[in-house]
Amino acid sequence: MKPKRRRLTFVLIGLALLGAAAALALSAFEESIVFFYSPSEVREKTVGEERRIRVGGLVEEGSIERAEGGLVRFRITDMAEVVPVVYTGILPDLFREGQGVVAEGRLTNGVFRADEVLARHDENYMPPEVADALKKSGQWQHMERALQESGQMAGETAP
Amino acid sequence: MHRFANPNRFMQISGALLPWTAASTVLLVAAGLYLGLFRAPPDYQQGESVRIMYVHVPTSWMAMFCYTFLAGSAAVGLIWKHPLADLSAKAAAPIGACFTLLALATGSLWGKPMWGTWWEWDARLTSVLVLFFLYLGYIALVNAFDDPTRGVRAGSILALVGFVNVPIIKFSVDWWNTLHQPASVFRMDGPTIHTSMLIPLLLMGVGFTTYFFWVWMLRVRTEIVAGKIRAHRRRQVQRAPVDFAGDGRAVSTEG
Amino acid sequence: MTDSIAAFFAMGGYAFYVWPSLGLTAVVMVGLLWSSWRGLRSAEGTLESLRAAPTPQGTEASGRPE
Repeated sequence: MKPKRRRLTFVLIGLALLGAAAALALSAFEESIVFFYSPSEVREKTVGEERRIRVGGLVEEGSIERAEGGLVRFRITDMAEVVPVVYTGILPDLFREGQGVVAEGRLTNGVFRADEVLARHDENYMPPEVADALKKSGQWQHMERALQESGQMAGETAP
Repeated sequence: MHRFANPNRFMQISGALLPWTAASTVLLVAAGLYLGLFRAPPDYQQGESVRIMYVHVPTSWMAMFCYTFLAGSAAVGLIWKHPLADLSAKAAAPIGACFTLLALATGSLWGKPMWGTWWEWDARLTSVLVLFFLYLGYIALVNAFDDPTRGVRAGSILALVGFVNVPIIKFSVDWWNTLHQPASVFRMDGPTIHTSMLIPLLLMGVGFTTYFFWVWMLRVRTEIVAGKIRAHRRRQVQRAPVDFAGDGRAVSTEG
Repeated sequence: MTDSIAAFFAMGGYAFYVWPSLGLTAVVMVGLLWSSWRGLRSAEGTLESLRAAPTPQGTEASGRPE
C-alpha cells in the first residue's frame, strides 16, 4: 500500500505544480496568446503606429464603403469603441455588416490599414428560417448582448 | 481492479464486446451521416459548409477524449502498476493521433471558406497542434528504448505532463480573444445549436466513441498476443540446447 | 431529380471543402480500423504457428533430457 500511496501523491503534486506553472506562463505570455485586440483594448493600450497588430469585433452597421480599385472602408466596433479600417484585397464570404471580423495590419493616424481581413462567426447554428423568425420577432438583438456577456467582445458588460 | 488485471479476462470480455461495439459504430455513424447530410438544414450563416461540422466536431471531441484516456491509463500504470494500463495507453495513442490529425485537417478545410484562412496561430488551433505533437511524442518514446518498460515509463510521464494542454484547449476560446468561436454544445447555458443539427452531431459523437473502443480493444488484444509471443520465444530460447563450450556438445539451459 | 443530386454534390458551392473533409475522415478511420484488425490477425497467426511447431531438440551429442 505504502509505495502506491507515495506514487499517487507524487503524481498529484506534480500535476498541481504543472498546472500552476502553466497558469503563470500563460498569464505572462498573454500578449502573444490573444489573437486580436478589441477596439476598446486598442484605445487602452495606445498601440504604437508601426506595430503590426490585429483588431477584432463586429463590422459596424452602415459603415461599409466600397471605392474604386477594390478599396473598402469599414469600421470595427465592440459596442464601446470604434476603429476605422481601410483595406484592399479579398474579403471572406461571410464579410458583411453586423458580422464578426478580424483585421491584421497597422494603425496609422487613427486609421487601421489592414492587409488581411478575416471573418469570425459566433457559436450559434440554426436553419435560415429560424434565424429569420428570430429577427422578425425582435429577439435577434439579444445575440449581440450574448456575445458581450460571453466575453467575446469588450463592451458595457466586459470586465 | 484485481479481477481485471488478468489479460485473459480482458481477452474474454473484449471478445464478447467486439461485435457489439462494431455494430453500434456502424449504426450510429450511418444514422448520424444520413441525418446530417440529408435531413439537417444548412446553417443560416455558414450554408452547406456546416456539413463539415459533422466530422470536425466529433473528431475534435475524440482528440481530447483519447488523450484523457491515454493520460488516465498512463497514471494507473505509473501509480498502481496495473499490467493492462500501459497496454491501454499504447493502444489509445495512435487512435488519438488520427483523430487529432482529422480535427486539424477538417478544421482547416472549414476555416478557409468561412474565416478566409487555412491556418492561424490562435490559442485553440495552436493548442490542438500541440496535442498532436504530444501524441507523436508519446508514440516515439514508447518505441525508442530497447527496454520496453523504460519507454513506457518515459511515455507515461510525457502523457501526464501534457495533460495540462487539455483544459487549455477547452477553455482557450473563453480565456483569450481567439479566431475560433466559443463552445456551442458543452457550455453552461446549454447548446446553441438547433436540434435538427444537434441530433446528428451527437449521434456522430457517440458513434466515434464506440469506434474508439472497437479499435482500442483490437489493439489491446494485439498487445496481449504480442506479449504471449514474446513469452513463448523466451521459453524456446531457454529450452533450445546451446553449444556454450564450443566442443560440439549442445546443452540445454532449462531444467 | 438530377438537379437535386447535382445540388447535393455541389454543397452550396463548398464542395471543394466538404467532400475532402468527409472523404479524409472516412479514409483515415477505416484505414486505422483495417490496420488494427490486420495487426491482430497477424499476431494471432504468429502465435498459432509458434504453438503448433515442435520445440527444437538440438544435436545428438546432448545427453540431457528435453
